[in-house]
Amino acid sequence: MDWGTFVTHQLPIMLVVIVGVPAVLVGYIVGTELLVRRLPDALRPRVRPWIWVGPALLFVFGFLVLPAFGTFKASLENNSGQFVGLHNYQVQLSDFPSGGSWIAIRNNAYWLVLYTLFVLAFGLLLAVLFDRVKYETIVKSLIFMPMAISSVALGVIWKFMYWYQPPGVTQTGTLNAFLGLFHQDPRIWIQDPSIDNFAIIGAAVWGITGFAMVILSAALKGIPGELLEAARVDGAGEITIFRRVIFPLMMPTVVVVGTTLVIFALKAFDVVYVMTGGNFETDVLANRMYKLLFFSGNNGAAAAVAMILLAAVVPVLIFNLRQFRAVEARR
Amino acid sequence: MAACGGNNTTTSGGKIGGSVDFLVVWSGSELDSIKAVLQPWEDQTGVTVNYESTRDQDAVLTTRVQAGNPPDIASAPSPTLLSKFAGQGKVVALDSILDMSKLKSEYPQAWIDLGTVNGKLDELYSWGSLKGLVFYDPKNFQAKSYTVPTSWSDLMTLQQKIKSDGTTPWCIGLESGAASGWPGSDWVKEIVLSSAGPSVYDSWWQGKTKWTSTDIKSAWTTWGQVLGSGNANVYGGKNFMVSTNFGDAGNGLFDSPPKCFMHNQGSFITDFFVKAKPSLQPGQDFSFFPLPDINSKYAGSHVVSGDTVSIFKDTPQSRSLVKYLASAEAQDIWVKRGGKIAINNKVAVSDYPDPISQLIAKSIVAAKISKYDAGDLMPADMKNAYWSAVLQFVQDQSKLDSILTSLDKVQSTAYTT
Repeated sequence: MDWGTFVTHQLPIMLVVIVGVPAVLVGYIVGTELLVRRLPDALRPRVRPWIWVGPALLFVFGFLVLPAFGTFKASLENNSGQFVGLHNYQVQLSDFPSGGSWIAIRNNAYWLVLYTLFVLAFGLLLAVLFDRVKYETIVKSLIFMPMAISSVALGVIWKFMYWYQPPGVTQTGTLNAFLGLFHQDPRIWIQDPSIDNFAIIGAAVWGITGFAMVILSAALKGIPGELLEAARVDGAGEITIFRRVIFPLMMPTVVVVGTTLVIFALKAFDVVYVMTGGNFETDVLANRMYKLLFFSGNNGAAAAVAMILLAAVVPVLIFNLRQFRAVEARR
Repeated sequence: MAACGGNNTTTSGGKIGGSVDFLVVWSGSELDSIKAVLQPWEDQTGVTVNYESTRDQDAVLTTRVQAGNPPDIASAPSPTLLSKFAGQGKVVALDSILDMSKLKSEYPQAWIDLGTVNGKLDELYSWGSLKGLVFYDPKNFQAKSYTVPTSWSDLMTLQQKIKSDGTTPWCIGLESGAASGWPGSDWVKEIVLSSAGPSVYDSWWQGKTKWTSTDIKSAWTTWGQVLGSGNANVYGGKNFMVSTNFGDAGNGLFDSPPKCFMHNQGSFITDFFVKAKPSLQPGQDFSFFPLPDINSKYAGSHVVSGDTVSIFKDTPQSRSLVKYLASAEAQDIWVKRGGKIAINNKVAVSDYPDPISQLIAKSIVAAKISKYDAGDLMPADMKNAYWSAVLQFVQDQSKLDSILTSLDKVQSTAYTT
């Protein structure tokens, strides 16, 4: 790299991107608006929304819908592109409980339940408790901070936290050093199939709790103070107020955050990839799909796993959107 | 077009200009080394090399090739990936690009054969490494008056002796991210080659010999004897093995008192030793002996590995670059920097920076039977199952039969695609 190529090649491209992209967007809006104005009055409000969402729809169709159909087609074919029916699905769903994709499906179920519940519980608890203290902003920022870390860095950090040294050697992993304080033998946190899934989910929970807390906290602040006051005047204790007033009012937000977390749990990949690579029975569907596609070069099997994942996500997605709309409608 | 024909490109003085995209797996000091190797060629031909370095080469290269946008040239640390593309006809055959008679005079035939797919030379091996080297600290061996074993039974006796002295014979680390388990697979394949011989070895990686067959099963049980029951012969037992990175495992040799006395690994591991403890002197602080022969019929057999190069886009720049990489002078640059063993036999043994790499270079030449890493030759599905099997085996050796049965099951499907 030298200044010459920078000035002659890269600078012009940069300028085109910086100036060109906004120019095209403004041009599109202004140009189509001019066209819409020529339409009869009655038609205008019906056409305009489509013009505005048009580009987004085009991108979603081209980069999401079409590839999804492509994936479905690939899931019915073998590597040479011959139609094999449901064979790929059969292989992935064979030999319950340890063959095919079953370990990954089991682990995704672990993620779904534990990750979602713990994040919601911690998020709610922290939101409600910090609402009552003066230094709320500071602690909330601290808890939110892991969100700024990429999942890969998170995985690496927790790998160090779970680091193992044989008994009798200085433990460099935080958790095993802690066990050492109580004269317990160190454990192999992320290689022992009886605990490794929980260790990994624990790391992921740490990373996302801040997100749930911030949104739930915002919902909490939206509850009118008069309501709480009225409840107190009626003689309700703080716990009753939480159970009977605060929680029901926050319910729609809890559901939206919960379903979002369910989707996060289903597409869990990066933390697992970094911490164990799916070994020691910690595989999840997304990582399995990745391995089948890129390591094994088995397109059909990978596509089948992708479709299984999609089938699991879609109902949650629809529920999430409905709930989101319900929350909006109540505002 | 510059430098057609078989002349040494770097002395032909042809300026080609332009650039070449080179996808490599090297990063850090290794990337610096390959840059140093190619610098003279860049100066000479006026070609700029655009390096793309990724540790996730399988994914990156597969995506780019499928999208019809491959790099001009790619180098991979094992032949699996490039052989896959060679089989699909995605790479350019090198027979007409390289001066084959010159190559045959400078390259061991085995390494040319290893790069040949369907009768065409599709991959060029630039540097190689030797597996199955048992590293030890000569000072520790001397202090306990242990002697280097020359036969398998010697090794077993030595192992027993170390144990009865109240110390641990081996350090083994199997952790390697998504590839965890491969260091153990090296043990098994060395034992297969040395005990059952090259023809069984070949039919095994080709998927024709079953995992449950006597030859393969006995290789696993032989390794099980090395590990000892309950992995008693390995420092830290199974917990240490599965949680310790292959690069760190051998450092226990140099602790005081030593955590273990022997560490079996490929020749590349010396780099890790010196990185972890810069004061180590090759030869004085660590040396190696090849894993002893098990069956005298197959004495001197070794599993080897190497860096492969393939051309994806036939351009004057990529042609010239591959020719340069085949030359002794290119390979010599990295040899002098340390960490690589040249395949080109014109590289002088005295150019290796330390006695250990000289010894390795000599061993590569001296090996009577050289076979490529069986795991790397297997289809990816099979290879991954093999690595996972290692992890299962060290956790509970008694499950060997069911582990081998499930490997047979993978074998029955992995080779058909």
